[in-house]
Amino acid sequence: MTSLQSESLSQHAGEAAHAEGHGDHRIFGLATFLVADGMTFAGFFAAYLTFRAVNPLPSGHNYELELLLPTLNTLLLLVSSFTFHRAGAALRRGNHPLCQRWLLLTAALGFSFLAGQMKEYFSLPFGLTDNLFASTFYAITGFHGLHVTLGGLMILIVWWQSREGGRISIDNQFPLEAAELYWHFVDGIWVILYGLLYLL
Amino acid sequence: MTLSLNPSESLQPQGWLRYLSFSTDHKVIGLQYLVCGFLFYLIGGALAGAIRTELVTPISDFLPRETYNEVLTLHGTVMIFLWIVPVVNGAFGNYLIPFYVGARDMAFPRLNAVAFWLIPPAGLLLISSYFVTGAAQSGWTAYPPLSITTPATGQIIWILSVLLLGGSSIFGGINFIATILKLRRPGLGLMQLPMYCWAMLGTSILVVLSTPVLAGTLVLLSFDIIAHTGFFNPALGGNAVVYQHLFWFYSHPAVYIMVLPAFGLVSEILPVHARKPLFGYTTMVYSIMAIVFLGLIVWAHHMFTSGTPPWMRLFFTIATAFIAVPTGIKFFNWLATLWGGKISLNTAMLFCCGFIVNFVFGGITGVALAQVPFDIHVHDTYFVVGHFHYIVYGGTVFVIFASIYHWYPKVTGRLLNEPLGQLHFWLTFVGFNLCFAPQHWLGLNGMPRRVAEYDPQFTLINQFSSAGALLMAISTFPFLINVVMSASNGAPAGDNPWNALTPEWLTSSPPPVENWHGEPPLVHEPYGYGVTPGELSLEASSGRDLWNLGQGDQR
Repeated sequence: MTSLQSESLSQHAGEAAHAEGHGDHRIFGLATFLVADGMTFAGFFAAYLTFRAVNPLPSGHNYELELLLPTLNTLLLLVSSFTFHRAGAALRRGNHPLCQRWLLLTAALGFSFLAGQMKEYFSLPFGLTDNLFASTFYAITGFHGLHVTLGGLMILIVWWQSREGGRISIDNQFPLEAAELYWHFVDGIWVILYGLLYLL
Repeated sequence: MTLSLNPSESLQPQGWLRYLSFSTDHKVIGLQYLVCGFLFYLIGGALAGAIRTELVTPISDFLPRETYNEVLTLHGTVMIFLWIVPVVNGAFGNYLIPFYVGARDMAFPRLNAVAFWLIPPAGLLLISSYFVTGAAQSGWTAYPPLSITTPATGQIIWILSVLLLGGSSIFGGINFIATILKLRRPGLGLMQLPMYCWAMLGTSILVVLSTPVLAGTLVLLSFDIIAHTGFFNPALGGNAVVYQHLFWFYSHPAVYIMVLPAFGLVSEILPVHARKPLFGYTTMVYSIMAIVFLGLIVWAHHMFTSGTPPWMRLFFTIATAFIAVPTGIKFFNWLATLWGGKISLNTAMLFCCGFIVNFVFGGITGVALAQVPFDIHVHDTYFVVGHFHYIVYGGTVFVIFASIYHWYPKVTGRLLNEPLGQLHFWLTFVGFNLCFAPQHWLGLNGMPRRVAEYDPQFTLINQFSSAGALLMAISTFPFLINVVMSASNGAPAGDNPWNALTPEWLTSSPPPVENWHGEPPLVHEPYGYGVTPGELSLEASSGRDLWNLGQGDQR
């Protein structure tokens, strides 16, 4: 047997073995990772709540935040979870153009959220090092904003891949499903964050 | 489909070069973890040698005080994050778990390679900080405000390095959970898995739940250092105790991340060399899971002197004392496994017995430390240093050596030299106990830890301790000679020198690239020693029968 033949046979056998023994557990792996990621936020929230309980702010500083913009932002993210879900449903019906349109709308909502967050940052009366609450506020919302940024880029990649004849199809939904799971996670974290930082 | 040639063999570099490649083979990655970890163990050991040399005399003469702080910080960080955690999880986990679940590789082989290759750069970054900018000086705990006031560059490099290692650890944990839960061979139930799988499942749950909290905390600490925020800096209105809570929320489970896999490995080695089934399999499984749960809710017992309120002290004392119950169950199970067994006192078995002796001692001082009045008396003294080393060295490192003696024939196809192994064991055992047992006395009498100078009344006992450290350093040489020489000159081991029944021994030694010649065997009873095959109800195609047919029953 020539080495070339041997190689192609080996590759084939390797793939067969992997297909049989190694099912696709990537969504399970991602979910486990998101548990870990969620624990990072849990640590931040725990720190924030403890600070708030035991470390009084200097006089003249308070925990009040403007509510209108973040509430609108919350709505944007909630709607974007819904539009992402519609994109997945469109893909499962094989309707690539519709899927792409929903994805683009989702990305637009995500980046609008970031723009709103920026606007809020620039209109706040405190800076990063002004007091303990200010530092915690910027650290937590910034870390969440980093997640939204990564998620927005992911959606754009998935949008490109789900064009007709692209990598994503009914037979290979993983990239879209993974990005969707991640996006719902980022959305869910924001809801907790909104409750703890803005409403509490 | 049965193939005589190994499927993906032609796709990867061959020979020793593959150990320097981005290989996705779990066995290669396992050995990469082990060798890389051992090199860092030698560095960490040299640092420990520097510490013990300094402490031979009561004055600071061998190392300047600041250098001493850097050395002890590096020693702790290297030993924990670059030797014990990667080796006891990454090395043995990667090598053994796919065999134990009957798979050809881990669930995510590329993620696995990424997880390993985060370690060498992180380690080099950490070590090089000593030479380039000066290393961190605030100990492996990096408590603020000390870590904020000591030189910033070294501390930031330390944080970066630990973040990389934490990421590696999380990726590894995700991989182990997915492999154990999702990649089991059809027909293999959870309660038929070898105990090390359970230990690694529990450990990985701890890794995934607690490591991210440390990562987030260190990011906040780096903000305090670079951006002058005040999260943990009381001078800026922050709260240093919150750092301690978040740090120990990881670092107490980290003790179980270092010790639970060792429990699993001992549970694999003892039955083989005692020729008896592992006693109390079910209670072992529940004990591991109980330790995982309790391990997450005991962290503040490290903080009894940090102004913790009485209710918190009470809760954490009780929760900590409870951990002694599942741990005790495991120890009695191991003793019952040995009881009446046909014990071969080879090196692997000796190291396991050494582990049992040392860990019981470290466990008892641990229960003592959980009691608030006693803890306040010995907090931040050498008693804690002694206790901790009995757990991680007397416990885990002894098991790492036992595992190397046990699985060396699996990896190389050759046996390690027994007389050299026994010399290694006795030097290590005597040296270890001589080094760390006296430290309990030092701590009880008030010698604080982490300082280069001490009261002259402690000189003699410190010299005993340093003599023990010297013996431990010497003990490394017979081991190194043994490991290197036996790779080419050791007695051929055959496929299964210990007549073991766990699945990794049911293939050739060393194993082929995708582990099995043909289908993975189904092993219902990995610990079915001392029972004739006829008494076991097994499928005709089980691995045990395959092995019996191939090897003849020599039990």
